[in-house]
Amino acid sequence: MDRPARFVRQFALTRGRVTSANDLALDTLVQATDLGRRDAARMAPQQRSIIELARTPLSVAEVSAHMGLHLGIARVLVSDLAVSEHLAVSTYVNDADGPDLSTLERLLDDLQAF
Amino acid sequence: MTSRLSERPSSGDSGITTRSLKIVIAGGFAAGKTTFVESISEITPLTTEAPMTSLSLGVDDTGDVRTKTHTTVALDFGRITFNTSMLYLFGTPGQDRFWFMWDELVRGAVGAVVMVDTRRLADCFPALDFFDTHKVPYVIALNRFNGSLVHSTEAVREAVDIDPDTPIVAIDARNRADVKASLVAVVRHAIARRKANSP
Repeated sequence: MDRPARFVRQFALTRGRVTSANDLALDTLVQATDLGRRDAARMAPQQRSIIELARTPLSVAEVSAHMGLHLGIARVLVSDLAVSEHLAVSTYVNDADGPDLSTLERLLDDLQAF
Repeated sequence: MTSRLSERPSSGDSGITTRSLKIVIAGGFAAGKTTFVESISEITPLTTEAPMTSLSLGVDDTGDVRTKTHTTVALDFGRITFNTSMLYLFGTPGQDRFWFMWDELVRGAVGAVVMVDTRRLADCFPALDFFDTHKVPYVIALNRFNGSLVHSTEAVREAVDIDPDTPIVAIDARNRADVKASLVAVVRHAIARRKANSP
């Protein structure tokens, strides 16, 4: 029964917070800011690892997978780093019913050329 | 409000000029979802785990709070990077009781590919119902196991009772070109839907 222990540890990492002000989707992209890269050396290991992962844009789902953290925990850590301006969060948001026509047409071109 | 956001580039506050897009890969157990993603993903497919909420688990009615808290649902996904966007391919969790995760998966998605093993056609019905209800554009991909189909695309079309404009493609999920063609078919279908629904 190592799962409960792991759960407690992950819970502690976010200082007991389980909800996030940001509504971060699975595919929301994040990237380290200049400030984040500058402060990384002084951060706790988890936060530093996230900043290192995010040197180029990647999704919240990838942060979760690479860090071996449950999605909800990854969301809270990412959210905290966004609030402290160590991570930038993409402001592109797809409508609930999917991307607009021009975005879809561009994706079609990209896929066909792939 | 989000539509305005999606149409204009970042105002400079985030600095991230890439946008993310996603296509959901659904289908019954062992229909070839993982193989499909592996065939085209530029990264080794990753897995993220989400704990199930006690609310979602209420249907199981075990009455054991600890059991509820520790159940997780695993999502496998891959990625393709383009010049201005990153396309994520998310496989759906295999069990129907993880529907709550599907809501999040389809929100904002381009569309879906429903993988079908024609030997177990009925396995795809829950996915078709879900996407129809949520108006998610999808294509049906018949996976050719051992190079052959048990049922033709036309036989399947009759059997599953779908909109006549829903594409059905026969693919080998191990074949990158086939997988790419399936994704192209989804995007084309999503474009056609968008155009049809615009005034």
